[in-house]
Amino acid sequence: MISIRVQADDFDPGTELALVAPGDLGVGGVASFIGLVRDFGPSSAMTLEHYPGMTERQLQAIAEDAAGRWPLAGVRIVHRFGRLAPGDRIVFAAAASAHRKAAFEACEFLVDWLKTKAPFWKLEESGGQRAWVEAKEADDAAAQRWRVD
Amino acid sequence: MKLVYFAWLKERIGTAEEVVAPPAGVDTVSALLEWLRGRGPNYALALANPAVIRVAVNLEYRKGDWPIRPDDEIAIFPPVTGG
Repeated sequence: MISIRVQADDFDPGTELALVAPGDLGVGGVASFIGLVRDFGPSSAMTLEHYPGMTERQLQAIAEDAAGRWPLAGVRIVHRFGRLAPGDRIVFAAAASAHRKAAFEACEFLVDWLKTKAPFWKLEESGGQRAWVEAKEADDAAAQRWRVD
Repeated sequence: MKLVYFAWLKERIGTAEEVVAPPAGVDTVSALLEWLRGRGPNYALALANPAVIRVAVNLEYRKGDWPIRPDDEIAIFPPVTGG
């Protein structure tokens, strides 16, 4: 029901979507998100550093949190690390449920949560400069609205 | 205890990981950070702004008075930017 992968390799969104809740005829909707590397200047490249062990653990916890809040038939997250180029896929997150409201909300929750908790750090290189991306207040605000404590 | 660093924090300190043996009394997350700042200018610079420091003990986020033990793995890093 919950599938979490952290990997350097690219993934195929169609394949991942088909595997969110395969064969479950009680599922009425699958909602998904794909995060991509945007172009941010000449010769852009992005490197995603991560904390092996903690990434999988945090993503699993996020998925379990979602499954506890909504009636979900499946949660699937794939997050890449390593060197990426503009247009490359970074992350896939999806949730399946009997009805669309839970699927949409859970998917948004997964993304908001992982952007503030999953231990990845983006390093951007462009035009000979390199800079670590700074966490955004907007991401914290987005995650904050899901808090129940 | 094993300390691991990430992102610009790692670059400022100058190493990805190290094993340290803080003195008795340095037994919480906040005490560890304070002790580390005193180890040298690279540490003081890297850990200058508490607002951009996050700590994980044995793969779980912890802060403040959370106790730390000699066999813990403690990670120190900036706010995450994945997704």
